[in-house]
Amino acid sequence: MDEADKDAQPLRILIADDSESDRLILKTMVRRQGHEVMTAANGVEAVDSFRSFKPQIVLLDVMMPGMDGMEAARHIKALAGEELVPIIFLTSLSDADALARCLESGGDDFLSKPYNRIIIEAKINAFNRMRVMHRTLSKQRDLIRARNEQLVKEQTIARRVFDNVAHTGCLDAPNIRYHASPMSVFNGDVLFACPRPSGGMNILIGDFTGHGLPAAIGAMPLAEIFYGMTSKGFLIGDILREINLKLWRILPTDMFCCAAFLELDFHLGNLTFWNGGLPAGFLMRRDQDLLPLPSRHLPLGVVSGDRFSAEVDTVKVEEGDTILFVTDGVPEATNAHGDMFGEARLREVLDACDTDRSALEAVLAAIQSFTDTEQTRDDLTLVSVDVALSAVLDELPQRVAQSALGGPARWTCEYEVAGETLSQFNPLPLLLHICMEVPGLRRRSGEVYTILSELYTNALEHGVLKLPSSWKSSPEGFGHYYAERERRLRSAGKHDTVRFRLQHETGQKGGELRVSCSDSGEGFDYTDGALSSLENDGYAGRGLALLHQLCESLTHRGSGNEVEAVYCWSIDSR
Amino acid sequence: MAIHTRRSEDGRTLIISIDGRFDFSSHQSFRDAYEHGDQEVSDYVIDMSETTYLDSSALGMLLLLRDYAGGDAGRVRIENCNNDVRRILSISNFEQLFSIK
Repeated sequence: MDEADKDAQPLRILIADDSESDRLILKTMVRRQGHEVMTAANGVEAVDSFRSFKPQIVLLDVMMPGMDGMEAARHIKALAGEELVPIIFLTSLSDADALARCLESGGDDFLSKPYNRIIIEAKINAFNRMRVMHRTLSKQRDLIRARNEQLVKEQTIARRVFDNVAHTGCLDAPNIRYHASPMSVFNGDVLFACPRPSGGMNILIGDFTGHGLPAAIGAMPLAEIFYGMTSKGFLIGDILREINLKLWRILPTDMFCCAAFLELDFHLGNLTFWNGGLPAGFLMRRDQDLLPLPSRHLPLGVVSGDRFSAEVDTVKVEEGDTILFVTDGVPEATNAHGDMFGEARLREVLDACDTDRSALEAVLAAIQSFTDTEQTRDDLTLVSVDVALSAVLDELPQRVAQSALGGPARWTCEYEVAGETLSQFNPLPLLLHICMEVPGLRRRSGEVYTILSELYTNALEHGVLKLPSSWKSSPEGFGHYYAERERRLRSAGKHDTVRFRLQHETGQKGGELRVSCSDSGEGFDYTDGALSSLENDGYAGRGLALLHQLCESLTHRGSGNEVEAVYCWSIDSR
Repeated sequence: MAIHTRRSEDGRTLIISIDGRFDFSSHQSFRDAYEHGDQEVSDYVIDMSETTYLDSSALGMLLLLRDYAGGDAGRVRIENCNNDVRRILSISNFEQLFSIK
């Protein structure tokens, strides 16, 4: 079309000249070249003809009575708007100033009288080429503009969907501070936080290769799995394996997600973490001792399930401790000289951090003053989590069931985990799921989970694995305890078992859940005050104290390897 | 950024050198560097002696090469890394996938 336009198609050409003979000569020449011509005898007529005839090129005499050529040119250019309508002045002027004024008034070129057929033809063709090019560019620009608007509109909608998926958690909890600076509508960085049924929280901070839509697409299943599995009570290892497998399946080879996963158990004062590819995070203890939480694993989505390592580290945390993680946008923040902020500077800032200002604010301020006005190159995400043993999350809104007394009222369930399954499978989500069928218990999922989890942990760690809780009283022993737990779990034999028996009954105004948990271990002497001494001792004590608090009764049986907890709920309380 | 390739004397090793920043802008030339090689090549060496910086998309490109070279069975060595480059490789624990010298 454009090609045809340029060469073969006849053009509509307007000729305005007050001399009738000149007009006729020019009209004849132009017609012979195959174009359609309209003529005008003065400026006013020329402008009128421009409106009705819509010429593509205008040949305009400079000197005309009434409205002269320059005035007419201004009108015509204004009428043409964005469209390029070349105006060629017909002139016998040779004064340079007068010629320059012609161009200033909107003219594109001159034709000198007397006319030369060859030059006229060449100029018309040249200006037509320019006109066509201008139109092509305008069209393409409009197209790009429209496409871009469409894209931005689509991204805004997608962003809303993304936010609904990604931000359903508890990032607004009072103990979490975070900063995220997106490079485009979507951020290559992700940050999720979700309360665990037992009262602690899981946090995931990640950095996908790339930005925008591709990164957001990977973030969606990541968020779904993270939130879904966390709120069902799955442990960090199961969630990580699931996420890795999913990302490995769906992402192209060169895309992956560097991430750190934090599992905080406020009751036990444990931080369990996994870091694959993020810069080392830090545990800032109240006594200023900075403990790095380094990356020991490949990022998520790089290797298949059988090569993936979900091995975690557990450290003890206390009220007042803060955990800080950043994405690589922080160490890689670059100043005007091309220097990077680096990990050493990050550490310096944290070392110098006092209590007046949060670590997160201190790091942000340091990056700001380091980079000055330089735009940050990468996504920049920081998160800090204060350890709040007083379980700040207990107040998270609980959904009240329509009819708490509905659902299965009287049921019994026995479940036994044995042998190597103990090291491969966590039965708690399944057991919690069964209990959650009762609407009255659903409102108390946190407490139910805590009871199940405390009983299971005691049975597994002290009963089956015979780990002495006294180890956990010192920081070294604490690490040793969890390392030994891993080691002994791997060698669990077929006679090693943990058995649950759940029994539920709904009454007039509430119900009663009996959970009995027995293990294949040797038990302990619970008759002569051993229990009370346990209660004063670090961890096992904390767990048992919690159970006593939550339950109506807690009874040890047999050789001490069987415990029954009775938990009552009513529709009035809470 | 510039990428050069050369072959070892026996022709079985393709040596890819990367000058300057190794980032997303190198995507096409890095792929070109190994994809048009012939069947004889069995080993790959990424020479990073002139590489100043490596970003996460470069890590992705290394994974692509690893796949091309045969995945777990592939032989890809990364050599002569400066400290910055080595730091990035080690944060990502890429020594589990590549032999890094």
